[in-house]
Amino acid sequence: MLKDLASRIREYKKEAILTPLLMVGEVFMEVLIPALMAQIIDIGVSQGNISYTVKMSIILVLCAFASMFFGVLGAKTASVASSGFARNLRHDLYYKIEDFSFSNIDSFSTSSLITRLTTDVQNVQMAFQMVIRMFVRSPIMFLFAIFMVAKNGGSVMFIYIVAVPILAAGIFFMMSKAHPKFEKAFKSYDGLNRVVGENLNGIRTVKAYVREDEETEKFDESATQIYNNFVSAQRIMALSQPMMSAVMYLCIVAVCYVGARLINNGHMTTGQLMSIFTYNAQILMSLIMIGMFMVMVTIARASAERIMEVLETEPDMAINEDGEKSVKDGSIEFDHVTFGYKKGTAVLEDINLKIKSGMMVGILGPTGSGKSTLISLIARLYDVTEGRVMVGGRDVRDYNLKALRDEVSVVLQKNQLFTGSVKENLRWGNKDASDEEIVKVCKIAAADSFIAPLKEGYDSHVEQGGTNFSGGQRQRLCIARALLKHPKILIMDDSTSAVDTATDSQIRAALKNDVKDLTKIIIAQRISSVQDADMIIMMNDGRIEDVGTHDELLMRNKNYQGLYNTQTKAKEA
Amino acid sequence: MPRFKAGNTRAKNPVKTFKRLFAMVFKEHKIVLCVVLVSIFLVAFATSYFSTFMQSIIDDYISPLIGNPNPDYAPLMHAIMSFLIIIVCCQVIPQYIQQRIMIKVSQGAMLTMRKNMFRKLESLPISYFDRHQHGETMSRFSNDTDTLNQMMSQALVQVISASITIVFLFCTMLMNNIILSLVVVFFIFLMFRATGIVAGRSGRYFAVQQGDLANVNGFIEEMMNGQKVIKVFTHEEESKKDFDALNDKLNESMSKANTYANAMGPVSANMSNLQYVSLVLIGSLVTILTPSYTVGALAAFLLLSRSLSNSVSQIAQQSNSILLALAGAERIFELLDEESEVDDGYVTLVNAKIENGEIVESSERTGFWAWKHPHTDGSKTTYVPLKGDIVMDHVDFGYVPDKTVLHDISLYAKPGQKIAFVGATGAGKTTITNLLNRFYDIQDGKIRFDGININKIKKADLRHSLGMILQDTNLFTGTIRENIRFGRLDATDEEVEKAAKLANAHEFIMRMPNGYDTMITNNGEGLSQGQRQLLSIARAAVADPPVMVMDEATSSIDTHTEALVQAGMDRIMENRTVFVIAHRLSTVRNSNAIMVLDHGKIIERGDHDSLIEEKGTYYRLYTGAFELE
Repeated sequence: MLKDLASRIREYKKEAILTPLLMVGEVFMEVLIPALMAQIIDIGVSQGNISYTVKMSIILVLCAFASMFFGVLGAKTASVASSGFARNLRHDLYYKIEDFSFSNIDSFSTSSLITRLTTDVQNVQMAFQMVIRMFVRSPIMFLFAIFMVAKNGGSVMFIYIVAVPILAAGIFFMMSKAHPKFEKAFKSYDGLNRVVGENLNGIRTVKAYVREDEETEKFDESATQIYNNFVSAQRIMALSQPMMSAVMYLCIVAVCYVGARLINNGHMTTGQLMSIFTYNAQILMSLIMIGMFMVMVTIARASAERIMEVLETEPDMAINEDGEKSVKDGSIEFDHVTFGYKKGTAVLEDINLKIKSGMMVGILGPTGSGKSTLISLIARLYDVTEGRVMVGGRDVRDYNLKALRDEVSVVLQKNQLFTGSVKENLRWGNKDASDEEIVKVCKIAAADSFIAPLKEGYDSHVEQGGTNFSGGQRQRLCIARALLKHPKILIMDDSTSAVDTATDSQIRAALKNDVKDLTKIIIAQRISSVQDADMIIMMNDGRIEDVGTHDELLMRNKNYQGLYNTQTKAKEA
Repeated sequence: MPRFKAGNTRAKNPVKTFKRLFAMVFKEHKIVLCVVLVSIFLVAFATSYFSTFMQSIIDDYISPLIGNPNPDYAPLMHAIMSFLIIIVCCQVIPQYIQQRIMIKVSQGAMLTMRKNMFRKLESLPISYFDRHQHGETMSRFSNDTDTLNQMMSQALVQVISASITIVFLFCTMLMNNIILSLVVVFFIFLMFRATGIVAGRSGRYFAVQQGDLANVNGFIEEMMNGQKVIKVFTHEEESKKDFDALNDKLNESMSKANTYANAMGPVSANMSNLQYVSLVLIGSLVTILTPSYTVGALAAFLLLSRSLSNSVSQIAQQSNSILLALAGAERIFELLDEESEVDDGYVTLVNAKIENGEIVESSERTGFWAWKHPHTDGSKTTYVPLKGDIVMDHVDFGYVPDKTVLHDISLYAKPGQKIAFVGATGAGKTTITNLLNRFYDIQDGKIRFDGININKIKKADLRHSLGMILQDTNLFTGTIRENIRFGRLDATDEEVEKAAKLANAHEFIMRMPNGYDTMITNNGEGLSQGQRQLLSIARAAVADPPVMVMDEATSSIDTHTEALVQAGMDRIMENRTVFVIAHRLSTVRNSNAIMVLDHGKIIERGDHDSLIEEKGTYYRLYTGAFELE
């Protein structure tokens, strides 16, 4: 996993390698500086040797500048490398997801894909920056400092041989105790966010039923849970600072005592003793940093796994770049087609069907009978399990996928508009479409009637999800968008459900008269929507129950008669 | 392409916000905060004490030992031991106490803050939710509270303790040597300038980065939700291109913001190194010129100066996060300062019974309700039975004061009558129904409920007496039973089931794996649109109000469920005053009165037959000449 992730650093490899090197330089200076300082005190200041003091001071200033240079440059390379790495990860993830097939998308939930692209990438980025800066810095700092203590203090070293494992054990104990508690605390945020989200969405319901107090109670419960979890996690962490102080001062006291003896018999100077105090802090700080670093990496690991899960998924439908690029006509044929979303559970069974180019076909059937599944095979949104689907006389798998989908335009049941202008949204269908073309398809889709009177007309703003248009208006815009592709086949999956019956029939009439060559497939709940179709397909339980015109079906099909009776009765009631 | 507004990253008035925040926290925790302050002082004292101790240990204990053939380590041992005791008492223990207290204080403050925010949210008028996007309000509860939490639990204490430490250290320095102290002042100034510049840059790019991040995340969210549409329109390449542009922009601002943030440490650390060198040079001059100034004293001064620059850089590094948190706090206070829904109603709904031909209040649930109307002029309280008689009298309304959307609406509904509203989208149908339960307040005219002006009725009681079935059903996380009981909390299980049966929901509920105890998550994930509507009807049925407002659903449901929904709606309309925003002709036809609305005016009214005869708008609507949406 790490190898694959690391390969995505790509153009930022230089910075990623340079950062630890710069850090080594910075650490080296940071350790050298106290040693130089010790010498200044011992030789320069104590002995009143001015020229030595000045000489060493100049060296020290140079070291400080070198350290600043390494530090600032390292800050830059680390930032460039980590932001760049995050950019590449987002890029790779996004491109991968764009290449996913429908069944790939089905297997990940939308919200999980969003989390992977946002939070998870950020976690990995933070950890990566930590790795290239601290992973090298802290251990090296630790080793350098220990080395300097050994060099300056000799037997003072033994103090650290005792102290370091004790502190390390303390840190490890705390982190391993606190980490799961923090995880639990962060999870408890979900509950809080859920209550807030539900109340924002359902505020009218809450107010209409005067349920403010009960909702507040629910909220208080989640908020208190967060409080309890955080308090118990932080209580453990509260030990860290006093523990660190205690260990630090104990070490200093021990160093003083041992140091005094060494100084007494001439094995150490006062300056050296002073410098050990600085190393003392460096040793202990780097231990803490290593501990923190471990926690960060653990958090990021789970994120990295979730990212890799997406990156390692192979799109299960190839674009078929070299496939046939032109679709002859809008004829469709299902030849012994069987299909299931999962292996072994067929949603469609042995479908045989022939639709001539230019026909208007209606599909009726109860929820779950396989209507949407049937039409999704035509645009090759999914691949058949058995048999074949033919468009324009050729198997859909023989076509270049883009070419096929340009000719087979689907208006999905859950249809969506995007942030931008009306025109921009429509041009999804065809980015080169002229304004006249746009108006023309909007007239067919009965959308011109509400767009034109808008103050900004076709340049009016569409909010995310198209929420500033009514359900029926959104559907009509989606139909116009699909028409703008000038496809050979148009499939409407219950796309006029929120459109009133009069407008619905107006759209159908326009489709029939203005785009004659277009094969039109309409899934509907109401008989009135398909009544005048050339052919009506009755679906039931994954099979075609009957095919015929309205009159034929009304005469021979019991279910159709039943449907007709309830729907017309409701109308006349 | 700017998609989302990034929140202000800078507080407009940080001082005022800070004061308010402090007052809020201080009020609740006066005593413990004093303890914290004392411990901060102790720790600051310990830090400067440490430096003076180092001086005396070298000058008074170690240096005299140099070359002594018979060294006596007892005084040294003694000094070390007393040092340790002081450190434990003044630093280790106070530090721990301070941390423990601050956890309670800061988390407690967050808890109070969250609770206040939610209480405010629930009390806000509907118009607030119209004006603010959900995501925006949501981030008050998540991002803004988080940064505030960070500040309260860490940054604030660090800055206060660093400031006090600086004062302590500086005083000790002054006592040590005045000339060197001046050098330190110069360097503190320099350090604040340098880190200030770096922090300023970092802050500026951070603001840009937040904006870019919001754009990328917003784009991701939108595109992931529309992924199937992208596939159907083979729009992958364009969306990749758009994403790359946003992604690159983010990369640029992010790497800059991080560069400056990361550079802060090395810059301030090496400034302190330069300070050290200057002190050494000037200090050695001082030792040579003034023999009373010992090497030990200089060493101690150097140690003090290092602690001081640590504290200075701590303040510099934390100041940015504090400013950020204050910006968040300011937004939270904005929410808390929003005007709550006012409720000056004094007429309440009470259980009543008839005694000696007069209505009197009853403490038990009688099933007979009355409006309790205490009169302002002091005369005795009157009781009016709850019947469901509604009158709207010359009502004008606009969402914003100068833009009227409803003009001169007058209508009445006698108990048990059914009034239908028809008209195009935006004609004002939903608006009228929202005035009845005072989601919005009218500008002119009067609305009377059983003869009482609804402005006089306590909002909660008014809403209890009005049932609402909205077009979009909102379900809440919990069991199906809990969701139905949302309508009336004291409903028994039998009553819940009875309501579900009435609404035609019982059948499908029984088919669910755990029946009425099936958990609903994510606003009814897995339930069909129709099933959700059935639950919404059941919820209204269990509430059993005398007046019902319904917005008939237009969304697609399969024929079988639709028949169930219609039957459920029809059954619940019986024996009630009903206002319905009608989409079904059957509903419209059997209404007692039909109001045809256009641009906020009632343009036609009457029953079905008379309106058909009129051959006006309704006639054209009915015959399908133009749309009924």
